Amino acid sequence: MSVVANRGFAGLNPKIWMAAAACVAGFAYDWRVGLLLTIWFVAWGVNVVLSGQRSRAARLAVPVIFGVTLLVLWQISVRAFGVNQVILPAPSDIWTAIVQNVPILWADFMQTVVKGALSGYVIGAALAIGTAIAVDRSQFLQRGLLPVGNFIAALPIVGTAPILVMWFGFGWQSKAAVVVVMVFFPILVNAVAGLKATEAMQRDLMHTYAASYWQGLFKLRLPAALPFIFNGLKVCTTLALIGAIVAEFFGSPIVGMGFRIKTSFGTLELAMVWAEIAVSAVAGSGLYGLVALAERRMTFWHPSQQR
Amino acid sequence: MTTDSIGATDQSAPREPVIQATDLDLTFQTNDGPVHALKGVSLDIQKGEFVSFIGPSGCGKTTFLRVMAALEEPTGGTITVNGMTPDEARRKRAYGYVFQAAGLYPWRTIEKNIKLPLEIMGFDRAEQEKRVNNVLQLVDLEGFGKKYPWQLSGGMQQRASIARALAFDADILLMDEPFGALDEIVRDHLNEQLLKLWARTNKTIGFVTHSIPEAVYLSTKIVVMSPRPGRITDIIESDLPAERPLDIRDTPEFLAIAHRVRDGLRAGHAYDD
Amino acid sequence: MSDLTQTAPRSGLSLGLLNVARGALPVVVVVGLLLGIWLAAVGPMNFRLALDQASRGGADVVPATPQEQGQTGLIRLMLDNPSVLPAAYVFERPRLPRPQDVLIEMRDNTVGLARGCEWTGWGAEAENWTGFSDGCLRVVNNRRSLIFHAWKTLAPTLVGFAIGTGLGILLAVGIVHNRTMDLSVMPWAIASQTIPILAIAPMVIVVLNAVGVQGLLPKSLISSYLSFFPVVVGMVKGLRSPGAMELDLMRTYSGSGAQVFWKLRLPASLPYLFTSLKIGIAAALVGTIVAELPTGARFGLGARLLTGSYYGQTVQIWAALFTAAISAALLVWIIGAIERRVLTGMGLAR
Repeated sequence: MSVVANRGFAGLNPKIWMAAAACVAGFAYDWRVGLLLTIWFVAWGVNVVLSGQRSRAARLAVPVIFGVTLLVLWQISVRAFGVNQVILPAPSDIWTAIVQNVPILWADFMQTVVKGALSGYVIGAALAIGTAIAVDRSQFLQRGLLPVGNFIAALPIVGTAPILVMWFGFGWQSKAAVVVVMVFFPILVNAVAGLKATEAMQRDLMHTYAASYWQGLFKLRLPAALPFIFNGLKVCTTLALIGAIVAEFFGSPIVGMGFRIKTSFGTLELAMVWAEIAVSAVAGSGLYGLVALAERRMTFWHPSQQR
Repeated sequence: MTTDSIGATDQSAPREPVIQATDLDLTFQTNDGPVHALKGVSLDIQKGEFVSFIGPSGCGKTTFLRVMAALEEPTGGTITVNGMTPDEARRKRAYGYVFQAAGLYPWRTIEKNIKLPLEIMGFDRAEQEKRVNNVLQLVDLEGFGKKYPWQLSGGMQQRASIARALAFDADILLMDEPFGALDEIVRDHLNEQLLKLWARTNKTIGFVTHSIPEAVYLSTKIVVMSPRPGRITDIIESDLPAERPLDIRDTPEFLAIAHRVRDGLRAGHAYDD
Repeated sequence: MSDLTQTAPRSGLSLGLLNVARGALPVVVVVGLLLGIWLAAVGPMNFRLALDQASRGGADVVPATPQEQGQTGLIRLMLDNPSVLPAAYVFERPRLPRPQDVLIEMRDNTVGLARGCEWTGWGAEAENWTGFSDGCLRVVNNRRSLIFHAWKTLAPTLVGFAIGTGLGILLAVGIVHNRTMDLSVMPWAIASQTIPILAIAPMVIVVLNAVGVQGLLPKSLISSYLSFFPVVVGMVKGLRSPGAMELDLMRTYSGSGAQVFWKLRLPASLPYLFTSLKIGIAAALVGTIVAELPTGARFGLGARLLTGSYYGQTVQIWAALFTAAISAALLVWIIGAIERRVLTGMGLAR
């Protein structure tokens, strides 16, 4: 139903009238509230029109406009209402903080994301896949390991951080250890499920070729398990980052994103805190995007990748 | 009409059957009690024969094929393939197996799919290339080697699956309702092609089917089976000629054999409610 | 038919028990193996500390000085000083406590807190509304009790989870029925799952505390936020799961939007919803625990983790961690039980 075509009062959709009324009421109450409402409804209206379009560019613009609108509203609210920097900094303040502190942010990024999260992620994934292959030959162990793995994967693993900091010290190794523990079980469960996923027919075919166990593993079962493994890998990118940052709350050298967040908090430099969060958001999305890209290349054949 | 009967080759030399089953038994233990998938099955298959197995669901035809392929273990009786146990024959790569579904690996091109058994069996690269080109030609899929399975139709995928089974030159070809999922027109076409293939390669073929015309059209010997317990009701030696255009399905000789098959099925209660 | 020989089927109960045993045995074995590895690792993990303590106590150790000990490999140390090994197993402030020590600590801080506990009934002798004496209630309201701390963490978790799930379902319904909402919000909902939002949980608490919002509410906001997005994503997937065939059928019945929703989309979405609920509640619990961390909270499982870490009380950390694990498992199990009930009633159970 087109927004404009619906013949309501004076030829305009009643929803537009309601929006306008809300804006007027807002202005009457407080000019700032009115301004925010107006911006919101205008942006929403633009999005409604764009949503009805067929072109891909128009559809891509919608979430972008939505996000930008939120940022704009945030900025205006903070400035117009005079919100204390300590409570909530404006996006512009955060941007300033980012720009002014690039070296620090970079050092923190290297420490937390690269040394802590990434190394733990790779080690944890390798261990998990290796364990899945090792356990693959024993149906008995699998039947025991899957429920236990599912159980542990649901637990607050992040609580092992203080223990691991105690064992591995304050450096990046303990953070990597936390990440290893956090990503191990989800990936293990997915890998075991993936290795089991081959149909009986495929295994029969391998049997008729008199293929050895290892031939069957590398030619059939591992490629077939890849969609499952990537499912686990994608979910674990976020877990890895969370693990590394939270682990730093429990002890860290004077560098690292968790460390910076904690200390900037203590000195009430909230803008710096948000700057670190922005970096972690970009890092998290970036890591996820990389894994999704690898998934696309390696499992191009799976129905989920063929839209 | 009868001079070129297939199967009636040189009678003077005594022939060792390629597959010999004597009193074969296979009983499954299920939650609802034992199921006699095969009971007292005896059959000889000579070299170069095209043998069809036909019967209703549960008559044991697929089970029998799987026993020949060492995919199931019989619980009684004996069976030899090429003079050895099926498992030894399997390890010597004596047969190719074609399933109901093409079962091609979606992450490999058609070419690489056909190379799969060749890689496992240790053929060298040059030999692999040669064989792939050979079988692609045999099944009429030349030029489709670099495509992925999902880019091909169901019939073409099944042809690729057959090519894969032919690639390593096994003497025996076992096919479990390979054309069951395809429409009739494609099926007719593939039946013709299969016969031509068989004439060129002279393999021994075991073929399981649900379709009476298909069984009669393709085979030199038709084995009619019935269920509960799985057993052979009738073995029909076909005297149709070697050259079989599709039109042969309207001839009285064809119909006579089909009639006999149907009688066998009826005797095995295939048409009972 | 006459050829078949039927053996009498086993009775339902014994067959059921056998199946349970068959299913449980591998799990029991795996858990046993893990516990065994844990127990075996206690000695080596604590060995260096025990060795140090032994040498301070005057015993002869090989090598003698701490510097040399630090440079020698663990295996070498263990082979050269086998007499220290038993001490390593019962070390007081261990790097790795024994499983039984953790269990003892947990028992001591739960049922072990009861003092003079007896049943008083609700008559004249009643000391409180439960019917138990006050000494019994120490188990749940003493400041040292793990149950007390667990509740301090679970309460905001549950409240937040309820809020997050409710809002999430509403947003999911909106996304499925309104195209603009779908295109503008869904990409962000999906993207937010790649952002480590958990890392800012403590901050939100501090900010809200500064504004004057304290107690249950800030923690609830964290857990509501963390359960919100999985529920949105899962519910949208579920509401959209009916295929073209089912939707076409509804169209032939001239079903209104609301009818299609209540009769088709909502029931179809339930399996997806329950999966998301399980993920959501685990995330909510973790969120609450993390939220307690740098805010100097005194109560709650996260607070226990933190104080244990600060004061080097290893067993306290382990006990708190296990309590958190048990709480998470309990919550997920409850949702699983509700799921089984609901889905079997609908015939959707696997």
